Amino acid sequence: MNLFLDAFAWIFSPERLTGSVPLPLALGQHLFYTFVSVVIASAIAVPLGWWIGHTGRGRELAVAISGAARAVPSFGLLVLLVLLFGVLHKPEAAVTAFVLLAIPSILAGAYSGFEAIDRRVIDAGRAMGMTEWQLLWRVEVPLGLPLLIGGLRSATLQVVATVTIAAYVNLGGVGYYIIQGLPLRDFTQILGGAIVVLALALVLDGLFALLQHLVVPRGVTAQGASELRETPSRRRAAVAAVTK
Amino acid sequence: MTWVLDNLELIAGLTLDHLRQCLLPIVLGFVIAIPLGWVAFRFKLTRGLVLTVTGLLYTIPSLALFAILPTVFGVRYISEANLVIALTIYAVAIMARSVADALGSVDPAVRQAAVAVGYGPWRRFWGVEFPLAGPVVLAGLRVTAVSTIALATVGILIGVDNLGYLFTNGLQRRILVEVFTGVVAVMVVALVIDALLVIAGRVLMPWAPRRSGRSRVVRQALHAGGAA
Repeated sequence: MNLFLDAFAWIFSPERLTGSVPLPLALGQHLFYTFVSVVIASAIAVPLGWWIGHTGRGRELAVAISGAARAVPSFGLLVLLVLLFGVLHKPEAAVTAFVLLAIPSILAGAYSGFEAIDRRVIDAGRAMGMTEWQLLWRVEVPLGLPLLIGGLRSATLQVVATVTIAAYVNLGGVGYYIIQGLPLRDFTQILGGAIVVLALALVLDGLFALLQHLVVPRGVTAQGASELRETPSRRRAAVAAVTK
Repeated sequence: MTWVLDNLELIAGLTLDHLRQCLLPIVLGFVIAIPLGWVAFRFKLTRGLVLTVTGLLYTIPSLALFAILPTVFGVRYISEANLVIALTIYAVAIMARSVADALGSVDPAVRQAAVAVGYGPWRRFWGVEFPLAGPVVLAGLRVTAVSTIALATVGILIGVDNLGYLFTNGLQRRILVEVFTGVVAVMVVALVIDALLVIAGRVLMPWAPRRSGRSRVVRQALHAGGAA
């Protein structure tokens, strides 16, 4: 426990505000890389995922990509892109790696959000004379939002973790203290950095959990949504979609 | 290509190290998750607790977890034990949820029928519920295995040699092929283990529908954020 106390003392020491890498700067870098990467990944994956969810086209490919992406070692991808882009373009290389790692989760969140919607709701919208565009924006997007936020949540956490590792290629971020602590044999610094990263991940996770809760449209409680998903017709539809 | 041919022995050795380091966490994660998943499935009170705690564990970035584990478990920071414990924690985190989901996917009517014909709780679990939950458990195990194998490479940052060595060594020596080989090797190992799991599933559960695994895997992947 003494080690934890030392680590907290390290975090809150006034020395963290000065030195070559002040803690607020490292945190800022970490958040900046995370934010930029998730925004770029969303700009690519959300429209694509919605299109797949709405039309049902390209679903097999998206499933295959999401599956294969799990097997990609994030650290390896990062190092590979850093070498490919050259040392002068390290930030670009790193952001490209983060974006590539974030896309599968967001894509899966976007299209599975649409797929989880009871087909009868969409048929009802169509029967009322909604255009495809209205159906998309007024029915599918609001109802699919909680799962999309879930995808964004996974993606963000993965990027936060990978930015930590990216300190190995001198990208900065909070991982800097953990990586630098090893050759220095400074375990207090390693643990201190780790606690800051952990806190950052937990805070972001909590914010997304809250957001996920808030975006559930009025009239669709979590209870109701799970009931809808359990209905036999929905299950049949899901099975049909899979065995297609 | 010549680099690969010249270093086949190194690659093979690292692959074996990699497999050895991953196998224990995958098996342990599976074994530990069965009672945990059952507790989460069976009691409403513990469900939230187990799923929240395992969910939070999975959000911990790996590099941070490596630093925290030595103070909790008393292992050395730079050691294979540290990596294995961290990977086991992530494996448990994914598997507990999928075991709970899997047990939830068993038709309650079947469970009641088992009770009606006189199955006790223990025999009912192993003889009826767990085999029927098998396909969903397998989907979770596949996700666990593949992500464990990919994640293990981070071990090189705490001085544990495995396929991740090709990344750090390749970066230092600026050999692009070496890093690329490492990425491909990790993916190949992951896909081979995944294929073995699918085959094992077909042998052990011949009654299971052949293709239901995939959409499950995607849904599982959605739950499993973080780590890296």
